[in-house]
Amino acid sequence: MTAVAEPEVGRARRRKEDARLITGRTRWTDNLTLPGMLHMALLRSPVAHARITSIDADAARKMPGVLAVVTGADIAEEQGSLPCAWPITEDMKAPEAPAMAVGEVNFAGEVVAAVVARSAAEAVDALEAIDVEYDELPVVLDMTEAIADGADLVHPDLGTNKSATWVYDSAEAGSGGAIDDAIAQADVVLERTFRQQRLIPAFMEPRSVLVDPTGEQITVWSATQIPHILKWMISAVTGVPETKVRVIAPDVGGGFGGKLQVTPEEIITFLLARKLGKPVKWTESRSESMQSAHHGRDQIQKITLAASSDGTLKGLKVELLADMGAYLRLVSPGVPILGAFMFNAIYKMDAYRFECTNVFTNKTPTDAYRGAGRPEATFGIERMMDELAAELGRDPIELRQQNWIKHEEFPFTTVAGLTYDSGNYEAATAKALELFGYDALRQEQRERRERGDKVQLGIGVSTYTEMCGLAPSRVLGALRYAAGGWEHASIRMLPTGKVEVITGTSPHGQGHETAWSQIVADRLGVPFEDVEVLHGDTQSSHKGMDSYGSRSLAVGGTALVMAADRVVEKARKLAAHMLECSEDDVEFSGGKLKVRGTDKSTDIQSVALHAHVAHDLPDGMEASLDSEATFDPENFSFPHGTHLCAVEVDTETGQTKIRSYVSVDDVGVVVNPLIVEGQVHGGLAQGIAQALFEEAVHDESGTLTTGTFADYLLPSAADLPSFTTDRTETPATTNPLGAKGVGEAGTIASTPAVVNAIVDAVRHYGVNDIEMPCTPMRVWKAIHTGERAAGGPGDEAGGGLGSIDASGGAQ
Amino acid sequence: MRITTTVDGTSYTDEVEPRMLLVQYLRERLGKVGTVVGCDTSNCGACTVHLDGQSVKSCSVLAVQADGREITTIEGLADDGELHPLQQAFHDNHALQCGFCTPGMIMQALDLLKENPDPDEDEVRSGLEGNLCRCTGYQNIVKAVRAAAEQMPSAARQADVPQEPVTASMPSEVSQS
Repeated sequence: MTAVAEPEVGRARRRKEDARLITGRTRWTDNLTLPGMLHMALLRSPVAHARITSIDADAARKMPGVLAVVTGADIAEEQGSLPCAWPITEDMKAPEAPAMAVGEVNFAGEVVAAVVARSAAEAVDALEAIDVEYDELPVVLDMTEAIADGADLVHPDLGTNKSATWVYDSAEAGSGGAIDDAIAQADVVLERTFRQQRLIPAFMEPRSVLVDPTGEQITVWSATQIPHILKWMISAVTGVPETKVRVIAPDVGGGFGGKLQVTPEEIITFLLARKLGKPVKWTESRSESMQSAHHGRDQIQKITLAASSDGTLKGLKVELLADMGAYLRLVSPGVPILGAFMFNAIYKMDAYRFECTNVFTNKTPTDAYRGAGRPEATFGIERMMDELAAELGRDPIELRQQNWIKHEEFPFTTVAGLTYDSGNYEAATAKALELFGYDALRQEQRERRERGDKVQLGIGVSTYTEMCGLAPSRVLGALRYAAGGWEHASIRMLPTGKVEVITGTSPHGQGHETAWSQIVADRLGVPFEDVEVLHGDTQSSHKGMDSYGSRSLAVGGTALVMAADRVVEKARKLAAHMLECSEDDVEFSGGKLKVRGTDKSTDIQSVALHAHVAHDLPDGMEASLDSEATFDPENFSFPHGTHLCAVEVDTETGQTKIRSYVSVDDVGVVVNPLIVEGQVHGGLAQGIAQALFEEAVHDESGTLTTGTFADYLLPSAADLPSFTTDRTETPATTNPLGAKGVGEAGTIASTPAVVNAIVDAVRHYGVNDIEMPCTPMRVWKAIHTGERAAGGPGDEAGGGLGSIDASGGAQ
Repeated sequence: MRITTTVDGTSYTDEVEPRMLLVQYLRERLGKVGTVVGCDTSNCGACTVHLDGQSVKSCSVLAVQADGREITTIEGLADDGELHPLQQAFHDNHALQCGFCTPGMIMQALDLLKENPDPDEDEVRSGLEGNLCRCTGYQNIVKAVRAAAEQMPSAARQADVPQEPVTASMPSEVSQS
């Protein structure tokens, strides 16, 4: 019949989303204005740990335009406790987490009072008139000190700063041997302690919440990644029936895990709007965001790697301390646990033990940040592989090759108990080496060393895998997570032949409108342009688990495929009736429904109209082709890749310059290569920024000293190189799309690649580690002191960002 | 204080508080919410607009300083529904993801191309260093700006330069070229 149209899946479609965004026709939450809308501003604690002895808000209440001033005591009865959905152990200690402090504050930035006024300016003015008296308490900042005997306590009523200790042991789980045996029998045992510095997600759109209580439902617009979870949790926290809450995530400007949260500010805005009976909007300043939106990473990793003298890995022991900050937010306790299954990475070994203790400090709470647990794990193992290569005098690629799972060994069940379905580490690595020019760079490195060049070259390797497609609900249940990991989609076939797709994923930059249109266009044989994707409004998209953990395509995309297939099944039945043939004789292809062996046919649009008018349907058929599906994955998906980084380190200044960066990622089948490449670029930038620039630093009193973009060093265009990105492709076998997920790949792989490269450049000075961020000062000190580097944890902000400090500069 | 400005070709006269920032004036009084606020220390550049044809961070300009001057925002860049070549290039090269930094990034890129019609990669990178993006890693932004440079007629680089001197009494129908 007609020529088969080019498949949509695999096409580099330019994005549907762009038209509005490039013309400023946007609906960020802060852009929204409602009749009678009031503005809220929040007073935050300037101290990290204190009893609130008094709050005098009388003067503020009398200021012009002020409708209400509310303290924690005023809403103590109704505000409940913010949810933590991941109690990782039965005996996990969790403090009450009020949205607004009542009686005590536990981190600098915690909300102590709210003003609602006619204008945002009047609300902020009134904050200044509120007088709070604090009786300061000892501040707990250092994790190691926090768990020592006799330590000051963040929450004295808990009796300890340890929230929980979570253990995975391959001998106990039956997935491998005993770690102590492996270590005892090994020829080489390496032990290192790495620090994952505290990071700030720093999405570009500051958080904003608008609550309208004037309708039958209370409508909440929020700059959130998780409208569906938020709706559930608002109801759980406030007691307002879920049927009376509608949540809308309009245009959302980035998240990176930072908007995977049920925030104090969402609850406070909700309560005050309800109290006043008027729409109330709150939009944070960047400084508020830095100080109070959840932070990420912040672990101390003690890692022991055991191997035989020929380089064969025997066992891995991981002992973590993870800083929760002052409270447990939505998934705080589970973030390090997501790393538990990934430290063993792509390697085979006999024994594995992971033990993580979550610790309270008087700092901003931590929670998901791009990769959430998996970057930490990859960093740990990939740094150790380079250390082992150095110890044994081996090439780091060759050593990895010796130990990784070979492509013919998939599916492979790891020592951490996961079954990797597919992959080809050889292929990705071979491609990366070729693009990188590995041998030539090694040659140049030798030459520079030999001639004592002041600029030394280093080569960093990072091979990685990650578990994506969060998540099989039964696994989440086994890990004590409070929710499921399925995703939902539905498809409405409209009488005009157009198609509305409703997804439970909640994009905030990922391009789902485009990619989902491609999938449905292929599956139903309709034009890409005819598909409209609806998301982010719990009234239209009533069911979903939202977007995080590289889950949207592997899980949400699969739900979409299932729903589309159900549409086709219904269409086939109706077409048989229309064409007067048996259902078995209807062939569906490219949107056409054809009677096998004849030229009689119709198309899906005609069938949709036929169903809609319903004048002549087969007996028992409903007047609709609309279908929905909920997909719960059987397994995670496992993207992998090989990243290579070459750095030039100026040994006189400690300045690092990325000379070249090659990434070859295998994310399974790609729906839209343009979008995938963009995800990798952005991921690389964030991972490189952890290695070189970013760090949230608190001073000795618990004040965040990197509380603005002038101090927290987000790289600019001038601070980053161009990347060479490429792909290999082994389809995932656990979903019909073959997709694995790409949201976090770049971030996970790049941090160790960069640090490995820097250490490689200066290893001959006796250096075997440099703490992140590898600022010029730290690198210089490492070169000049040898051994373990410089700086110590968190006593200065990162440096070397060319765009801010003219004396440094990575460009 | 009373100010009169021309924003995206329309003249406005308003009473404003002396402390009001230009970006607040644009967003809150004129509804020009295409221009956004990303920080409070003038580091991020999300609020970049053109003031008399030159890029400024509108969080660092008081509304009263814009009195008698011409402002172009992202909303005034497309000509009669036709995208400006820079907007088109951002779309074509996937130079945006969440899109929050995009208005400022495009306005800054336009300023850059006015001064340097054919920048190399390093010149684009340093020309955009006052504008932060958290999604793209900048690679496609750089690509888009260089692609636009190739395609832009010189007139498009001057898209927002007034054809005649701006006066406080400029009629509202003054056209954008």
